[in-house]
Amino acid sequence: MASITVNEQILEVDAAGDTPLLWVLRDHLAMTGTKFGCGMALCGACTVHIDGIATRSCVLPLSAVEGRSITTIEGLSKDRSHAVQRAWLEIDVPQCGYCQSGQIMSAAALLKNNPRPSDSDIDAAMSGNICRCGTYPRIRKAIHRAADLLAANSSK
Amino acid sequence: MTNVPDLKRRDFLNATVAVGGGLMLALTLPGHAGKAGRASSAAAKANSQINAWLKIGADNSITIIVDRSEMGQGVYTALPMLMAEELGVDLGRIQLAAAPVGEAYVSPGNGGQITGTSNSVQESWEKLRTAAAQARVMLTAAAAKRWQVSPSQCRAANGMIIHASGKMLSYGQVADAAAKEAVPKDVKLKTKAEFQIIGKSLARLDSPGKVDGTAEFGLDVQLPGMLYAALAQSPTLGGKVKVLDSAAAEKMAGVRRVLSTDDGVVVIADHFWQALRARNALTITWDSGPNAHLDNASISALLKKTAAAVDGLVASAEGDVAAALKAAKRTLHVGYELPLLAHATMEPMNCTADVKANGCDLYVGTQVQQMSQAAAAAAAGLAPSQVRVFTTLLGGGFGRRLEVDFIPAAVQASKAVDAPVKLIWTREDDMTHDIYRPPAYEETSGGFDAAGKLSAFKLHITSPSITARWAPPVKGVDDSVVEYAINFPYDVPNVAITYSRQEIGIDVGYMRSVSHSPNCFAIESFIDELAAASGKNPYDFRMDLLHKKPRHQRVLQAIAQRAEWGRAPAGRFQGLAFMEGYTTHLAQVAEISVDSGELKLHRIVCVVDCGQMINPKIVESQIESGIIFGLTAALWGEVTIAGGKVQQTNFNNYRVLRGNEVPIIEVYLLESDELPGGIGEAAVALVAPAICNAIFSATAKRIRTLPIGTQNLARI
Repeated sequence: MASITVNEQILEVDAAGDTPLLWVLRDHLAMTGTKFGCGMALCGACTVHIDGIATRSCVLPLSAVEGRSITTIEGLSKDRSHAVQRAWLEIDVPQCGYCQSGQIMSAAALLKNNPRPSDSDIDAAMSGNICRCGTYPRIRKAIHRAADLLAANSSK
Repeated sequence: MTNVPDLKRRDFLNATVAVGGGLMLALTLPGHAGKAGRASSAAAKANSQINAWLKIGADNSITIIVDRSEMGQGVYTALPMLMAEELGVDLGRIQLAAAPVGEAYVSPGNGGQITGTSNSVQESWEKLRTAAAQARVMLTAAAAKRWQVSPSQCRAANGMIIHASGKMLSYGQVADAAAKEAVPKDVKLKTKAEFQIIGKSLARLDSPGKVDGTAEFGLDVQLPGMLYAALAQSPTLGGKVKVLDSAAAEKMAGVRRVLSTDDGVVVIADHFWQALRARNALTITWDSGPNAHLDNASISALLKKTAAAVDGLVASAEGDVAAALKAAKRTLHVGYELPLLAHATMEPMNCTADVKANGCDLYVGTQVQQMSQAAAAAAAGLAPSQVRVFTTLLGGGFGRRLEVDFIPAAVQASKAVDAPVKLIWTREDDMTHDIYRPPAYEETSGGFDAAGKLSAFKLHITSPSITARWAPPVKGVDDSVVEYAINFPYDVPNVAITYSRQEIGIDVGYMRSVSHSPNCFAIESFIDELAAASGKNPYDFRMDLLHKKPRHQRVLQAIAQRAEWGRAPAGRFQGLAFMEGYTTHLAQVAEISVDSGELKLHRIVCVVDCGQMINPKIVESQIESGIIFGLTAALWGEVTIAGGKVQQTNFNNYRVLRGNEVPIIEVYLLESDELPGGIGEAAVALVAPAICNAIFSATAKRIRTLPIGTQNLARI
């Protein structure tokens, strides 16, 4: 039994220590918002936050995350109220939507460290997240919009 | 027009979507309880099925049954918008359900219950507005009967039937009675001027679930007692298991069963990671089969040999192209070559099957519900009517999910262990066992007469036929191989489009834009070459050849203006492409520079006339999407084969465009009163020729083989 902290809840998981966090979340904890895309940390569909840092869960073994704080798309907000989610809805970013959990988690981590990212900051932070539908222009727009929403919130 | 399910399917429909509910895949929208996309029982609610696409609950819930699969193209928003318009209800009130298998849901154009050929809106435009208008008339008639008044004294608005006196009944209150009303034959549909929903950039109904992780894709299906499976397939395409040693794998933790199937060896375990690890512990000797010596060089040589040896079947012809070429003062002959491509949907192939003694439930992201049903039935040893298909959201389709190759093994696995099984392909499985976009070799010939006028244009396409395998028999020319070419828009007196079928040993499949892409590459590149040969500006050359076609000319004029044709900044070069496909007319200009053989993309401008738009924001995003999909294919897209094995395995060696690599993309949508055209695929096809024509402008070098990334761009 391993004990991990997901979305501020301590959960017991009966899985081998080499099981990637991705499959622990999906198969053991029924948290299917985090997606499987490549299994090699090449596409970003499985992005979660580990202690606030965007991390690819498909290559991260369970044994490496014990005692660390994991946030998944399910824990980003309870009601789609995170600035990134609001911006995503306003711009209507998703198409097929499969990569979007990962895109949103990468964007949220970016904005946490850099509340006003430039286009090149966005390039650097988001180039690990593939979208085959090509929502990239809208993702860029939505990240800038989320930065605006965050700024408006903090100035209140 | 059929508004009720065919009688043959009635029993099945009664079991799934008819009055009183039954299981269906309900997609819950914001503001409604429940989890988006969860397979749920709607049996608790009293629902009246008004027709094949509409259910109204006693609680006033309005459920639209969408008969096209949502794979990003927006059908879960656009099709409900068509119905909401005529029903007189806000889009926000609508709930969605994915259609089960049913005759009413067959696409006449596609010949089955199929999401493809960009025709969802085109085919739904009349069908769904009519179905909703009929429902409105039936609801009105039912209310009028209850009040014992004439329907002419009643109107429908905001989900209510309102009598002239002011008294009202909600749709839910009369739904049961309305379902028993005769279906009216002639209903008057709203005119464009009366539209309140159609034409507006309303928010997508599927977005909320896609930003909070609740949207349910095939990979996300969960059933009580469900097991997981991984599949070991022959590394050589078309190979079979010769000797299997599964002793080590069977001893591994969580492993329930190892099963040999026609598709390979299935490992079933409690969890997917266990199944995957056990799959790696299998020792399999493969019989490589007939493709052991197949490689892409031999495929390329085969296509060229056939192209040279035969004239091809005539797909369309005008005048006498052979005579015109012979009489021409000057001729040009060149060939264009396109590689195999992988679809690489973000969601790898997967399928969840639950086989019981007397039936099978299939949960799958598919573009082909009937074919999925048939594949599952065959694998389970059941009749098709015993298989229920629950269509989930698709994590990308692009034509890959027109195939059912990933279904039988899941069904066989479930049957073998008597439990629901979710079978998942890894990315490597997906990349090395795609049903690839076929390669093509396209020869073009053009001739100018003594007056310098383009007098002959010939295109000879040599490629395998997808349709001959997928929906046999194909008699004569396979229509899906000659797209755009048979709409050849230019006014040339002698034109011939011909096709030679040459199979290559492996199955090939439809991919977003299908043959529009290879044919648009050949035609629009060659038109550019002909323009250069005649010393004309590529824009003027096309405008002259389209002098009889005002709709085409309007698109070209708009692109010239929007892209500032001929006025590229210093050091940058432009290339133009035009296409008429899916009844949409569009043009693209690529603006590029080439520095020391290095291509840099600066800007892609696209002008689109797709007729009337249901939701312009979705149209715009689909055009952007198509351009980006086309960029991946044009720049790097190539599947190579050696010894019958696909060499690309994952995103590290099958490069796809990333966010930091996207040039400026500008999309301009032209107002139009024409019927809606398709928008999901069209933009893909113009990207390669627009860029290659720009490369010629920059370097004087013609790129006639894709992808561009394998070509030397150094200036000649």
